[in-house]
Amino acid sequence: MMWTAVIVAAVGCYLLKLGGLSVPPWVLERPVVERVADLIPVALLSALVAVQVFTRGHEIVVDARALGLGVAVVLLLLRAPFLVVVFGAALVAAVARLLL
Amino acid sequence: MSDAPLEPRARSAIIRDSLGVGVATGAYGVSFGAISVASGLSVAQTCALSLLVFTGASQFALVGVVAAGGAPISGALTALLLGTRNTLYGLRLAPLLAWRGVRRVLAAHVLIDESTAMSVTRETRDAARLGFLVTGVSVFVLWNVATFAGAVAGNELGDPRRYGLDAAVGAAFLALLWPRLHRRRNRLVAVAAAAVALGIVPMAPAGVPVLAAAGVALVAGVLTRERDA
Repeated sequence: MMWTAVIVAAVGCYLLKLGGLSVPPWVLERPVVERVADLIPVALLSALVAVQVFTRGHEIVVDARALGLGVAVVLLLLRAPFLVVVFGAALVAAVARLLL
Repeated sequence: MSDAPLEPRARSAIIRDSLGVGVATGAYGVSFGAISVASGLSVAQTCALSLLVFTGASQFALVGVVAAGGAPISGALTALLLGTRNTLYGLRLAPLLAWRGVRRVLAAHVLIDESTAMSVTRETRDAARLGFLVTGVSVFVLWNVATFAGAVAGNELGDPRRYGLDAAVGAAFLALLWPRLHRRRNRLVAVAAAAVALGIVPMAPAGVPVLAAAGVALVAGVLTRERDA
């Protein structure tokens, strides 16, 4: 199951890249296509944040992960590098679990 | 588009900048490797993702959906949806890079956020190709080495929750999203997408809420007319 997913993602993502380099540019010149293509990463990443941080199974929960996300927001506002943001959030969540 | 050859000084400046981006980005691979094995993938599967999928946000998405209990195939679908932005980059870069045949087939694999950013603003074809290749290849090499290191280390650690690695996943997605939140329209779409996803979590199978949120992008893209700044 997992290997199938890995291969589907690999083949699909490669073809999406190659397709862009091979398709005539007029496709992009349709403004609706361009707007939707711009917005898809925004919507997906935001949904991934929400599901990753605030759910367990089918339940909505607020736990140490939410604290980690709060720290990530602060670090991003301070323009911290990616790795500092990611591991900063992990560290705070881990410490919170130890203490609470 | 000028076909003028590059001066040596301009050439070394592009190489230096591109390698810098390669090193900085490649290092994220450690976090991807660690998060991927924490999500239940094997070291081999984790390395296969970095070698073959090779587009960071899609890889994080796949393992993120799996970590949340989703079917691997819905993780793959989410990865594909995120991968559509590389198609967009390709459309922009195609006339600039102007590669055909085998070169285009090979170049496509390293068509990612960073190689696009380091080539799309160049004024000559030589400069664009150099920025694209040096960035793409250096990110590819370092990303894969770092993924392997992170995956092996993550495997040795045991329960990922003890180290807060489950919180790291959300932070990684937020960091990827952050630069796109400058525009007001994007912020509205982000909030709506999160609300839609959380709203259907209680009834939908895992993995589906994230895919459903893509519908928000579709609706917003079709309904808005002007591009607000």
